[in-house]
Amino acid sequence: MERVLTANMRADGAPDRQAYEKAGGYAAARQAVTGLAPADVLSRVKASGLRGRGGAGFPTGQKWSFVPMGADAPHPKYFVINADEMEPGTFKDRLLMEADPHQLVEGIIISSYAVEADVAYIFLRWAYKLAASRLERAIAEAYEAGYLGGRIFGSGYHLDLHLHVSAGRYICGEETALLNALEGKRGNPRSKPPFPAISGLWGKPTVVNNVETICNVPHIIGRGADWFKQASRTGEGGTKLYGASGRVKRPGLWELPLGTPLGELLEEHAGGMQDGVRFRGVLPGGASTDFLTGDHLDVAMDFESVQKVGSRLGTGTMIVLDDRTCPVGMVRNLEDFFAQESCGWCTPCWAGLHWVADLLCDLEEGRGEAGDLDRLASHARLLGPGHTYCALAPGAAEPLQSALTHFRDDFERHIREHRCPWR
Amino acid sequence: MLTDEERREIETEMARYPTRQAVCVDALKIVQHHRGWVSDEGLQDIAALLDMTLDELDAVASFYNLIFRRPVGRHVVLVCNSVSCWMLGADRLRDACAEASGAAVGGTSHDGRFTLLPIVCLGACDRAPAMMIGNDLHGNVDPAHVAGLLERYR
Repeated sequence: MERVLTANMRADGAPDRQAYEKAGGYAAARQAVTGLAPADVLSRVKASGLRGRGGAGFPTGQKWSFVPMGADAPHPKYFVINADEMEPGTFKDRLLMEADPHQLVEGIIISSYAVEADVAYIFLRWAYKLAASRLERAIAEAYEAGYLGGRIFGSGYHLDLHLHVSAGRYICGEETALLNALEGKRGNPRSKPPFPAISGLWGKPTVVNNVETICNVPHIIGRGADWFKQASRTGEGGTKLYGASGRVKRPGLWELPLGTPLGELLEEHAGGMQDGVRFRGVLPGGASTDFLTGDHLDVAMDFESVQKVGSRLGTGTMIVLDDRTCPVGMVRNLEDFFAQESCGWCTPCWAGLHWVADLLCDLEEGRGEAGDLDRLASHARLLGPGHTYCALAPGAAEPLQSALTHFRDDFERHIREHRCPWR
Repeated sequence: MLTDEERREIETEMARYPTRQAVCVDALKIVQHHRGWVSDEGLQDIAALLDMTLDELDAVASFYNLIFRRPVGRHVVLVCNSVSCWMLGADRLRDACAEASGAAVGGTSHDGRFTLLPIVCLGACDRAPAMMIGNDLHGNVDPAHVAGLLERYR
């Protein structure tokens, strides 16, 4: 298939502005800013059906449409790129920023124009050193060319773009925590409503979108909503950067039509399991998604289809569980992560996650008791949607509740045998 | 006292944000870049420069995994302990790092050369197990080769 987001990528570094433009880059931004009204850009993105690639899958055009527009709208308005990629098992935005930073810059220009934003920030995680230096260079090149700053492409549109490098905390990937962090406050999530589109950074209208989401925008503007829709297998629109890690033969990333089936990803692209190990399950889209199993290999990896079988597409980067890995140990590792990275604001999260981590530790150390699995299930319910300000705790509940269903025998064996059978 | 250089770098960042407080993460990183960590005194100086209270600033500083409020060695070794690396031997890699560096997990070697810390997912899951030494990412690390790897960092 034709690669779109990764078309310019090559082994020896990222294309500079000239190389990016030679391959057709910045034509869509020029067309949008000089030839289209913001409302036209918005309607094209809406028509494309583009959904957020950061995990939640919210329709991008709809998110933009909540921003107040016109002469009476408050200014400055902000456009923020969530590049705080810290979901365990997820490494897709790293590639997009390292290997084609101008594609992201172009996407930011078009998207900011659509909501008449004045200032944009890229909120980047600390560990992505190479991405930081390549983005800095791309931003400087775009300013030099007159694609950022005042009178962009000779129009009346003005946009400043800044790179903010964070200092490492998972919760900052939650959009309202990210906004607090950008304001120089502790990164606790905010209560919603008001939503950022109405009151975001410094109380002004703000859009927060994921890196991969915004990298799609130049292609939607350049080639049209109909093209975008047919680029997917199942009609949800576009391609997806899928990834896999764990004991597969070829861990990595692949840009494929959205809706490529799970089994095809694992077999044809990840190369199947390594010799001597068997597939047991997979977290389809990062640590905070429900396990799928061998029964789900035919499922199309798009938003609707994965949701139908009780999980989420999430970030589309899969973590594969094999038979040499203890599922209880794996869930314990995940819950330790969530317990550590909880911001400490909501009780079900800061207290509940530590109880869960302690119970899983007991199981792993041979101290599990009858009743522990019911206790874990009840915690998973309390961590679930509706009890906390943000989605960290509900996300943490997903691998736990699904592991209790799919790997029940393994949990029970830990209690029965008073030990972890994998050790 | 902030050095002239630190102050200049912090003031450069101010152009990118509408408030002084928003500069605080950059300011903490600038001081840490020059001194290795952020002392109470450094914290006070940054707070004064940015019109923040000490509590406001320490609430931010202590929030982040990678702002160090205690001294660290010349090279900080960060071993990923999240799920994909855990499955592929992160614990053995961590133990090999401790042995080769002379630093216990969470501690600093006697010669002040290495500090060894666990870190959450580095976003290099296709190259598990992964670690960082200073600003350098290392993937597919064989615990048997850790000693040789650390040798490059004097």
